[in-house]
Amino acid sequence: MKRALTSGATPVLQVEELTVVLAGRVVLDKVSFALTRGSVTGLIGPNGAGKTTLLRAILGFERPRSGAVRHLGIAKRATARIGYVPQKVAFDPDLPLRARDLVGLGLDGSHLGFALPSRRRRTLIEAALEAVGASGFADKRVGRLSGGEQQRVLIAHAVIRHPELLLLDEPLANLDLRSEREIVDLVAGLARERKIAALVSTHDVNPLLGAMDNVIYLARGRAASGGVDEVITTEVLSSLYGRHVDVLRVHGRFVVSAASGDLLVDASTTSQAEPREQ
Amino acid sequence: MFSGFMVNTWLAATVVAIVAGVVGFFVVARGASFAAHALCAGAFPGAAAALVLGTSTLGGLVAFAALGVAGITWINRKGRRDVATALTLVTLLGLGALFLSMASEYAPEVESLLFGQILGVSSSELVFLVLVATLCVVTIGVAFRPLLLTSVNEDLGQTQGIAPKRADLAFLAILGLATAMAVPVVGTLLVSTLMVGPSAAAQILSPRPFVALMASIALAATTAWLAVALAYRSGWPVGFFVGTIAALAYLTARASTSARRRC
Repeated sequence: MKRALTSGATPVLQVEELTVVLAGRVVLDKVSFALTRGSVTGLIGPNGAGKTTLLRAILGFERPRSGAVRHLGIAKRATARIGYVPQKVAFDPDLPLRARDLVGLGLDGSHLGFALPSRRRRTLIEAALEAVGASGFADKRVGRLSGGEQQRVLIAHAVIRHPELLLLDEPLANLDLRSEREIVDLVAGLARERKIAALVSTHDVNPLLGAMDNVIYLARGRAASGGVDEVITTEVLSSLYGRHVDVLRVHGRFVVSAASGDLLVDASTTSQAEPREQ
Repeated sequence: MFSGFMVNTWLAATVVAIVAGVVGFFVVARGASFAAHALCAGAFPGAAAALVLGTSTLGGLVAFAALGVAGITWINRKGRRDVATALTLVTLLGLGALFLSMASEYAPEVESLLFGQILGVSSSELVFLVLVATLCVVTIGVAFRPLLLTSVNEDLGQTQGIAPKRADLAFLAILGLATAMAVPVVGTLLVSTLMVGPSAAAQILSPRPFVALMASIALAATTAWLAVALAYRSGWPVGFFVGTIAALAYLTARASTSARRRC
């Protein structure tokens, strides 16, 4: 569990005993973990487990009832040092906004007035587009891009200010297998090259295998964190879910199955059982 | 057509069109067409209230537009945006019916508010128009990037420290003000038309935010000028031309881009 800390890497974020209550429901129950620079951490759990709430609490959008989110980075203002890609960003196909415009808003979207064209701004935008492989569709409307292309542009929007921490909420939802692979590789590459701590939420652990260094598994508001092989086990997950679940490894992929036969890694079978994620 | 009292008409049409083009850009980008319509239609009963109370028509329009903004924002906290907007609209219209029933005499000035009185704008009204228009345009210009970012996604805005609720309230307030100002000129039924039609057409024509904003202003102004000119020549109501030209602009833009199928 403390692997990330004891390995000597620099922690960027430390979450301690974080408890968040929304509308009377304990969504996160004493969740603790640390994220280090240059690492990819998977935030795994079924729908309604509290993944989005955890990311929003890190961003400061949700106030914890108790516990703490400590940003250990250099920057004073946390918001300037966190890149965030929310889940299910729906772009209107007619919105007059090119991929490069959205990336530009990542740089100075909160500034007043219009963005005056400058060589520096243009260079930064081009570099961010280049880093995510989006140069080829930089001048297209974001609303007309494919799901995978939109994720790339959103990631460029999130990393253009060189954050220390990158939070991605279900970036693989609705992507085909190839795009899924490409986005995972892109995030892992950015994390290592730029020494970013990346936290990627997904309901299925499998797409992240091989790319992530650590995993935080959330179920019923409680979390277990550590290396993949330490956390994705029959003992740890059974304790989290509060009932017996079997963890099987088939052809290098995990299958998490409850006694009743539900495949817990498959969101469609668990979503009815769990309350909806906010 | 360009002499005497018509000078004020041209100027008023231009000022209203610029505001409609600027505010309309975000009405369309934020998917707030219904809110724009509700504020326009909901401001109208304010004129009836002003008639009964013997106060200024404009004061009544501004007060009811403000009520509309408050209603939409307050109900929206507890439920869906479209429901909040619809409930606000019907409440304001209900008040309008009540006030109109209290007005003892026939009120031609209230009737004219439905379709506007662009052919009879006084110079003092024009000064007021220009002042309010400047306020609206400058505010939207200053808040352009935060408004654009929160139009795309509220969470993206919040990540950069923009409070989405505050941005929304600020936008609705400007929308309400622009509405109250434009209603006496183009009429309650046509303000939202002038805001939505040309802006939607402009956003189809250009994928660049700033270019689309400029195109929105240009198309709104062209629509207003054409409507005034055609109304003057034909003697038909300005409103008919504003509505038809705005709809035609949108349909033409749609057809031309689907034919070219680019961006």
